[in-house]
Amino acid sequence: MITPEILAKYKVTIGIECHVQLNTKTKLFSGADNDARNKEPNAVISPIDFGLPGMLPVLNKEAVILAVRAGKALESDIASVSRFDRKHYFYPDLPKGYQISQLYEPIIIGGVVRVPQEDGSVLDVRIHHAHMEEDAGKLTHYSDYSLVDLNRAGTPLIEIVSEPDMHSAVEAKAYATELYRLMTYAGVTNGDLYQGNMRFDVNISIAPLDAMELGTRAEIKNLNSFRSVERAAEYEYRRQADLLEKGERVIQETRGWDDAAQKTVSQRSKEDAQDYRYMPDPDIPPLRLTEDEIALYQSVVPRLPQYYRDAWRDLQLDRSVADSLLARRAIAELIEAVRVQAGSAATKHVAHWFASSLSDETSEITVGQDDAPRFIELSNMVTANELSSTAAKDIFNELLLGHDSPRIIAERKNILQVSDTGAIAAIVDEVLSDPASAQSVADIKEGKDKAIGFLVGQVMKRSAGTANPGLASQLIREKIKDL
Amino acid sequence: MTTIAEYQAHSARENVEAALQKVHENESFHALISTTEARARERAEAVDRGEITGKLAGVPFIAKDNFLAYGAPTTAASRILEKFEAPIQATAIEKLEAEGAICIGKANLDAFAHGGSTENSTFGPTLNAFDQTRVAGGSSGGSAVATALGIVPFAIGTDTGGSIRQPASFNGLVGVKPTYGTVSRFGVVAMASSTDTIGVFTTNASDAELVMSIMAGQDNKDMTTLPDFFVPVSAGDKKRVGIIKQFMTDDVDAGVRAVVQDYVQRLKAKGYIVDEVDMPILRYALAMYYIIVPAEISSNLGRYDGIRYGKRAEGAQSLNDVYGKSRDEGFEPENKRRIMIGSFVLSSGYFDAYYLQAQKARTLLIQAFDELFKNYDVLIGPTAPTPAFKLGENSEDPVKMYLADVMTVPASLAGLPAINVPGGTNPDGLPVGVQLIGPRRSDAQLLAMAREVEQR
Repeated sequence: MITPEILAKYKVTIGIECHVQLNTKTKLFSGADNDARNKEPNAVISPIDFGLPGMLPVLNKEAVILAVRAGKALESDIASVSRFDRKHYFYPDLPKGYQISQLYEPIIIGGVVRVPQEDGSVLDVRIHHAHMEEDAGKLTHYSDYSLVDLNRAGTPLIEIVSEPDMHSAVEAKAYATELYRLMTYAGVTNGDLYQGNMRFDVNISIAPLDAMELGTRAEIKNLNSFRSVERAAEYEYRRQADLLEKGERVIQETRGWDDAAQKTVSQRSKEDAQDYRYMPDPDIPPLRLTEDEIALYQSVVPRLPQYYRDAWRDLQLDRSVADSLLARRAIAELIEAVRVQAGSAATKHVAHWFASSLSDETSEITVGQDDAPRFIELSNMVTANELSSTAAKDIFNELLLGHDSPRIIAERKNILQVSDTGAIAAIVDEVLSDPASAQSVADIKEGKDKAIGFLVGQVMKRSAGTANPGLASQLIREKIKDL
Repeated sequence: MTTIAEYQAHSARENVEAALQKVHENESFHALISTTEARARERAEAVDRGEITGKLAGVPFIAKDNFLAYGAPTTAASRILEKFEAPIQATAIEKLEAEGAICIGKANLDAFAHGGSTENSTFGPTLNAFDQTRVAGGSSGGSAVATALGIVPFAIGTDTGGSIRQPASFNGLVGVKPTYGTVSRFGVVAMASSTDTIGVFTTNASDAELVMSIMAGQDNKDMTTLPDFFVPVSAGDKKRVGIIKQFMTDDVDAGVRAVVQDYVQRLKAKGYIVDEVDMPILRYALAMYYIIVPAEISSNLGRYDGIRYGKRAEGAQSLNDVYGKSRDEGFEPENKRRIMIGSFVLSSGYFDAYYLQAQKARTLLIQAFDELFKNYDVLIGPTAPTPAFKLGENSEDPVKMYLADVMTVPASLAGLPAINVPGGTNPDGLPVGVQLIGPRRSDAQLLAMAREVEQR
């Protein structure tokens, strides 16, 4: 049994490698469509991706530009000269017998991800480097045969390699989450985790607290959600602690995450590790970038998450609210537009509406900063007592789906709140004169104030929910006093 | 008919039929692996109807069978690609076709261009055009012999370490290995990407200029192609020529040296200044070459795995079996030897000592050439240490076979243009070639010089 006391004897050290699929139009070295979603197998491949004899790679400039933009989000240096290398191994998902990657001179050097922590502090995770490479294809295994789909072969990736700067599963998850935000905000990836747009390899080792050296690490490959990063890291922490407690040792190996069983499983040990026989790729001349080019490509990087955190500080949003707003760049941009155009109060309204509706991370969002005026109007209507909070939430949900203004929606639904004193007073008179109200009126006169709820309810009922309940309550008190 | 101009005096149909007839008459030389008869006849009719025009309209040619081309399989003389039908054509073929040239067949070669005699072809050796007991040279032996036999006025080939120049020397032809990056490698079965070049065999320098000027040029499908530079020039000012001392030692066949000396006399008679130059680093060139080139070969041949195209072995029981058996049955012994050497020099723990060291030495070799070109316009020497050797003479000893490349690999490693020009014959009547090596992008100047000294 691994107790917290046992875990506390060990320090865990985690480094993460993350593959980010770049959202280019075409593949890294061919003109084939880079969007394999909903395509028949092997529908988006060119002779280059197929590894036909005599085919040569042609470097996609757009992928280079996106990598340079990613480098800005990572606060990295961009190499003025970088080179491509071949990584050799035989597998049917690798048509050429080698993957084109960057081993010796990668394009992105150094950098840091400033990871916000639960407690409000910031963990700096240093980036060692990030390199460009092509993705492999996909194999589907059947009982006695396997099928190869090369649609994804040649998709441009950057692999971001962190330093081992994380020391808990929570930190690992927070890093993965912030890295996701950085890459989606920088506009370099679609960020569809379900489609494998970002895949994490977690390197993890543990060592006694007083140890001077790191322990033997295991690598858990191909995690595609923040939660699996956290759970896999936590599982490994416990597994490795258990081994050490039993006097056994951790072996250096590659492990996979079994999501159904919620555990890591051994895939291959270091002894089986392949010799990739890396070699500079003689088909691709060195990639040279001038400072002007780098500055130009980076000048279009949109605002990154930290910009919004800083801008929203005065709003004093709960951390969970801010996090859910930051999960998607379009929402962050919209909230910021509301803040700039309408100020704090309206922003808080809109922020909380969004925060409570964005529980599902995968739900499709089609609104953006251009929609800010509609959300501001909704906020103004609430402030002016034209809408009940329930009605406002109802209209908010409709704003997410269409292009109508909140007033048009409210009128269509007939849920505009009546704040006309004369109209409400007439209804109050009706209610008070109703014999059914007599007991409540008597109770109130005796000081049993709770009884007013029934009367307000009657007013709301007779007004079909459109009466401003505050105003109704005020009028009832005044009229009972005068009775 | 031996020159392009002579062919241009006839109809395309006549040219193609004559060429196919000569293919038939010369079958015993085994210069070709296949013909592209049907497609050639179709194109000839289109040329004769005036639908296709250009600088080579109606002129037949042959392509080494490592060029992807329509009309016949592209085998690279290897069993593993025996039935491979190319779905696209090499840029070089496309450019020649755009000028009206007609490919009539695919020439034999050492499988995957690994060799210097064309004896490593899966489909059997090509015989020398002058002596059927001797090798054609290689690896573009079929292209050379087809041109020397007058089947076509020109044939295209590839030169990675001498594969055009040496068979040109053995068959009395002009053979051009251009500056690295002059002609697109797109659609050519890769051997060693950093030294692979595309060139031509002709009977005279003018025809080589014409064909090279058509094939040359930047290609957006090959990132290593140079911006367009190849423009035929006239010989111009009399130049300084350096005769390479290391290529004229007693180890080199006396008959070969005599032909080179005779060529030097002709140069001097034309006003060229010729000095002996010393280039000690040349003794390491062969070692560099046989590390770097196998490394690239081992990488480039990884795609022949029996999965997507080409030969897949029968009866494989596992994935590794598919790979192992398909490659074992598909590759020739020389292919396997180079894959093994290449895999070894790239493997962990040996990469620095072999591959990296060889690349550093290669840089020194390039610098040594650059240094000489400060004082000389052209370097000269034999193309091969001997005339065509006997069939089977070197095939039992790979190192002996590699030594035959000693004079051609330096220009390949340095990316320099180098051409073979026919120098004369040895006492036995065998052709001997002279090699001219120039600075990068001096291809047209080398051909102009060859033209000036040429004996027509």
